Amino acid sequence: MTTKKFLYVNRKAPYGTIYALESLEVVLIGAAFEQDVSVAFLDDGVFQLTKGQDTGEIGVKNFSPTFRALGDYDVTKLYVEAESLAERGLTKDDLQDIQYEDEDDDYAEKPSIIIVNRAEMADVMADQDVVLSF
Amino acid sequence: MDYEVNGQTIEADEEGYITNLGDWTPELGGVIAVAEEIEMDDERWEVVNFLRDYYDEYQIAPAVRVLIKALKKTMGPEKGNNKYMYELFPYGPAKQACKIAGLPKPTGCV
Repeated sequence: MTTKKFLYVNRKAPYGTIYALESLEVVLIGAAFEQDVSVAFLDDGVFQLTKGQDTGEIGVKNFSPTFRALGDYDVTKLYVEAESLAERGLTKDDLQDIQYEDEDDDYAEKPSIIIVNRAEMADVMADQDVVLSF
Repeated sequence: MDYEVNGQTIEADEEGYITNLGDWTPELGGVIAVAEEIEMDDERWEVVNFLRDYYDEYQIAPAVRVLIKALKKTMGPEKGNNKYMYELFPYGPAKQACKIAGLPKPTGCV
């Protein structure tokens, strides 16, 4: 089976709609097929990765810890658009620390989040075989 | 398919996964295991406890492949392999062990 490059694009806030959770589930399911999977976060989608989420008052599950499991599923490239962060008054420090263990490098822990600017994000998208938008 | 523990009824779905994760106790785990025709021992509890810890940390029941990879890392290759897992849980480690651990059905598990 040839490997294709899949990019899942997240543009919506984590709660209020089901898009973010559904996207994450699709990523986890898709990871089982051993494709080259990346995930992109732009617009309000960058809020999905913020740390310290607390959904106690809105009665839904806080699924943000699941992003930290993506490395176990060999999903190790999480592209975050710098402009989207800046427009929302966020910096990299507002995001969860998400790492993966590099099996080819003695299980060294490496960061999964890659901050890119808008032009670089366009290149990331252009480089894919399949782009799925949520 | 509900379970009975000490005269209390614990709600579960038609496949036997409990509805409220907070209902779980080791005792209930034992009752679910009986329904699954699994005889629990230290090795099986080790896997069940591992799954519960994983869920606590990541809010997700891991896929079999991920479970085995993680077990291999923490417990060594003699336990972190398919054969060992299917010996412990013949109808699928993630499926049966997650059910006994009181977790939802693993994502992507059909």
